[in-house]
Amino acid sequence: MTRQEAAARRLLGREQEAEREQKVTNLWADALRRMARNRAAIVGLVIIIALVIMAIFADKIAPYDYRAGDSADNYMVPLWLTRILPGNMAAYAQIGNKYLFGADYLGRDLLSRVIYGTRVSLPVGFVGAMTALIIGLVYGSISGYYGGKVDDIMMRIVDIVYAFPTMLLIILLMAFFKTSFGGANVPGTAAYTFNRINHVVDRFLGLEGGGMLFIFMGIGITAWMGIARLARGQILSLKEKEFILASRMIGASDIRIITRHILPNIIGPILVTVTLSIPGYISTEVFLSFIGLGVDPPTPSWGAMISEGARAIRSYPNQVLLPALMLAITMFAFNFLGDGLRDALDPRMRGTS
Amino acid sequence: MAAETTQDNLLLDVKDLKKYFPIRSGLLRRVTGAVKAVDGVSFFIRDGETLGLVGESGCGKTTTGRTILRLLDPTGGTIRFKDPKLGWVDIDKMSREEMKAVRPNMQIIFQDPFSSLDPRMTVERIVSEPLVINKVASGQELKDRVADLLRRVGMRPEYMSRYPHAFSGGQRQRIGIARALALNPKLIVCDEPVSALDVSIQAQVLNLLEDLQEELKLTYLFIAHDLSVVEHISDRVAVMYVGHIVEMADTEALYYSPKHPYTEALMAAVPKPDPRRRERPIKLPGEVASPANPPSGCYFHPRCRYAKEICSKVMPELQEIEPDHFVACHFARELKLRGVVV
Repeated sequence: MTRQEAAARRLLGREQEAEREQKVTNLWADALRRMARNRAAIVGLVIIIALVIMAIFADKIAPYDYRAGDSADNYMVPLWLTRILPGNMAAYAQIGNKYLFGADYLGRDLLSRVIYGTRVSLPVGFVGAMTALIIGLVYGSISGYYGGKVDDIMMRIVDIVYAFPTMLLIILLMAFFKTSFGGANVPGTAAYTFNRINHVVDRFLGLEGGGMLFIFMGIGITAWMGIARLARGQILSLKEKEFILASRMIGASDIRIITRHILPNIIGPILVTVTLSIPGYISTEVFLSFIGLGVDPPTPSWGAMISEGARAIRSYPNQVLLPALMLAITMFAFNFLGDGLRDALDPRMRGTS
Repeated sequence: MAAETTQDNLLLDVKDLKKYFPIRSGLLRRVTGAVKAVDGVSFFIRDGETLGLVGESGCGKTTTGRTILRLLDPTGGTIRFKDPKLGWVDIDKMSREEMKAVRPNMQIIFQDPFSSLDPRMTVERIVSEPLVINKVASGQELKDRVADLLRRVGMRPEYMSRYPHAFSGGQRQRIGIARALALNPKLIVCDEPVSALDVSIQAQVLNLLEDLQEELKLTYLFIAHDLSVVEHISDRVAVMYVGHIVEMADTEALYYSPKHPYTEALMAAVPKPDPRRRERPIKLPGEVASPANPPSGCYFHPRCRYAKEICSKVMPELQEIEPDHFVACHFARELKLRGVVV
């Protein structure tokens, strides 16, 4: 073998190697691989999966019932907590190791209630995100793709809805839903239908009288505008790209162009925004429950638990700390996952690690 | 205004084509003016030839190309196209639905190979999309057709499961060409297909386009600003200035004996590969006229060194002063102009 031949062989070999390496570059697979390297994102994902499992099997995991407590056990605190928490709890608290984290003012197990609380917080996060995603994406896509007058009118509507203070709007909505729909019992009216749907939703989630549908509706109505604006902006920049023109040249319909070319190209940043907004929806529900407009008792929302616990925060800090800690962990997990997704999907991050 | 079309063997006949973009201002976005990107352009393309369309940036070349394909709706004028099945059709009057029947016969190759391919689709899906949408083929036949098309543009079919980002600019342009060829078009509008490529790659792509033309009997409208590229590939050339065609002739006639002062200035700007030659390029004073606020009379008169009084008052029409040589200049017959120096 001559020298040149050997060199050519080597070159060829390297080329084939390079080819093999390139072959696996699917954009989503790429993103997935990048995310797998991001430790924070994986931790977030694991926590979220654990929370989902906790929510699904709450009735098997929870050691006690979340509704009925033993009034003899109210404010019971286990011994190990009195050693950790500040103040001299041992002096006045009822000490008992029956409950791992103690009991609330009605003698209900705090841990069980926190576990059942995932059945409120996670659905609120996911359903809020899905509603915002679907409404926002459809609305934003239509507005951005058709442009012109359609765009002008649709975006002015968004501006108007945006102009309301979100918190005030959602408080008003919740008050309205609860008073007019919550107690409706005349068949045939719209309010009655909403009330029935609400019962179905609550039963599906395994909660007693939660009023979850109203929270979903309240969050859905107030949360879609951000996504709509984002989707519109992305589409505006995308629709001038020449591959969109090329598709039109070969006779592709509007629907095809939107679903096959535009959506796959904008779904990355939108997914990131949606994931990062989940903690916001969860905290909105917590806030609503805190001020008494969220889920109805005895459904154990973390917000309601914090609200109840806050009344006794000086004497029994464990009552407020446990749900607050769960809330913090959940929000961190979603934020980590969202950050990881963003880093993985952002093409500018390509090649860096 | 219109160029006479007693010509035979035509494929495309454009008359008095206009495309204005409205200028809106104020809160209510009232129309306060118009950018006359294409303002009364007339030309024709014979079956199987290449018509080069040259001009400075912003003179309306791309808009002309896209309006012909109805990627933009014309403001006025007629576009007639000889469809192999339907015969002569009026592109300018057809609805979007009706256009679908003609689309397969008119395709486009874009300038920027980086934005003309969907980054989320594999090469296979990009090239097969025209065949799928028009229900030409499916299954294994579809795959074979795609492989065939890729081979035709000099790409290895094994690459078809890859995404566009794995390819270089020249390769991407070949993929774009394969997509344009998928439906066996008659006319291809090449919108600056090599401007974004390296010089060595430019030659490859140009040769590919020429080979394909011969093999598949294609007709090109070749839009470019690089005069040597246009000279190389075109049978005839049309020169545009601020939305008008100022001269249209056989390539040789246009390059070596131009009849319009603007063409003369363009030709003088072609670099010559001879260091001893000391021809001074013709300096054009002033700026390119704004298509939103054009000068009176001949749009070129403020910059023309031969301009006389009439030039600022009357817009010259495109006339055939020699067989197949169309010029829009009042003094086209009198002026002795210099072409590219050989």
